[in-house]
Amino acid sequence: MLQSVFGKFTKWRILKQLILKDIDSLIIGSLGIVSFISFFVGGVVSIQTALNLENPLLPKNLIGFATRQSIILEFAPTFISVIMAGKVGSYITSSIGTMRVTEQIDALEVMGINTYNYLIFPKIVALSLYPLVICLSMFLGIFGGYIACVYGGFSSSTEFVEGIQLDFIPFHITYAFIKTIFFSFILATVPSFHGYFMTGGALEVGKASTVSFVWTSVVIILLNYLITQLLLT
Amino acid sequence: MIQVDHIIKSFDGTQVLQGISTVFEKGKTNLIIGQSGSGKTVFLKCLLGLFQTDSGKILFENKAISEMTVNERSVLRQEIGMVFQGSALFDSMTVEENIMFPMQMFTDKENDEIRDRANEVIKRVNLINANEKFPDEISGGMKKRVAIARSIVMNPKYLFCDEPNSGLDPKTAILIDNLIQEITSEYNITTVINSHDMNSVMEIGEKIVFLLNGKKAWEGTKEDIFTTENEAVSNFVYSSDLFKKVREMYLKT
Repeated sequence: MLQSVFGKFTKWRILKQLILKDIDSLIIGSLGIVSFISFFVGGVVSIQTALNLENPLLPKNLIGFATRQSIILEFAPTFISVIMAGKVGSYITSSIGTMRVTEQIDALEVMGINTYNYLIFPKIVALSLYPLVICLSMFLGIFGGYIACVYGGFSSSTEFVEGIQLDFIPFHITYAFIKTIFFSFILATVPSFHGYFMTGGALEVGKASTVSFVWTSVVIILLNYLITQLLLT
Repeated sequence: MIQVDHIIKSFDGTQVLQGISTVFEKGKTNLIIGQSGSGKTVFLKCLLGLFQTDSGKILFENKAISEMTVNERSVLRQEIGMVFQGSALFDSMTVEENIMFPMQMFTDKENDEIRDRANEVIKRVNLINANEKFPDEISGGMKKRVAIARSIVMNPKYLFCDEPNSGLDPKTAILIDNLIQEITSEYNITTVINSHDMNSVMEIGEKIVFLLNGKKAWEGTKEDIFTTENEAVSNFVYSSDLFKKVREMYLKT
């Protein structure tokens, strides 16, 4: 399938429209939910950390530190990707699956169009902007943590900001974005595979979306483990 | 002209097409008829190249698909128009965009020129005030017209239709049948229609191929079908009392 995705390209003027449309539905359309989840989960991480710092000898800047580490290393790249497997993955599987059951893919094939390239390549390109979504998630997660911590009275603004800067390792950002790039490819291809090769009717489209979400999540979690093992140990 | 030479197609060890041979002539509406499960759709998909045959040849203007280069196949595909049973319109595009799509894909013409051509075929299939509508906003009959318009916008040499009037009321079904027949003679194309609608057989069947259990059981014209002594085709075509009476009346006159 992947070989065909990158073979016999669709005409640029059509491809350009498809890419822009996919950027709109897959990236722009996800910003709201990603922002909402990131902000509030960042806040919860911060409150949970604060509530667990019972020892008065532990500095308050640990709240900012723990929030930063949780958000940058795992929450933003991995858990947002699992959420995106539900949102974007189901959308991709159901839209391609519906095209399959309503013979739209057959219609494209009869016209002599490379349907793999036409349907899947724009999604891969659109999701190459996915690291920007994760960047936003990181920012809003930490910002949410800051608001919850400072306005919740758990630490001062200075302490939280100190914590964010404490023992900062720039490679952690690189690690997070390397993971994100792999996840964006998984998010585009695994759901597309399940949609493209599905058979049956409307009921099967729903089933394919569920199966696609499960497999995309499994692949993301396994890949997360593998990349962490390779890059951080 | 399309020649089919002894094609065989199996799925999971079951032969769905068992050595079918026939010729579909240019400028004629050729009908493939048969009961559900007789292999009509598989046969049509083999003709379209959506299924690879196990053996046998399909020749377009005396050139076998299996012997064509990738480029030749690509050119052939652009010469084929297809009307699917469910119309298969792209639901994210308007009627006009659906019809413009093949031209945008395969020609270097400017958008205005493409739109003019699209409007020409829209007029030809009698679609009124539907250009900006999406497929889910139009009726079944209109969807078929859009599908026909999309299939002829590139001036195809071959037109394939899979049950083009299924799900339509009898009046609209006849209009669609007549439209296909008019387009066939007007554009001088080879049209192959997959149908089990007896009205279509009587109205537009210039050549009819009857399939039974994956084999060609009979072929002839709509006139021949009244006089045939082939039991299988008679049982299929004259399964209703109405058609039996029509046949009796035809034979009396």
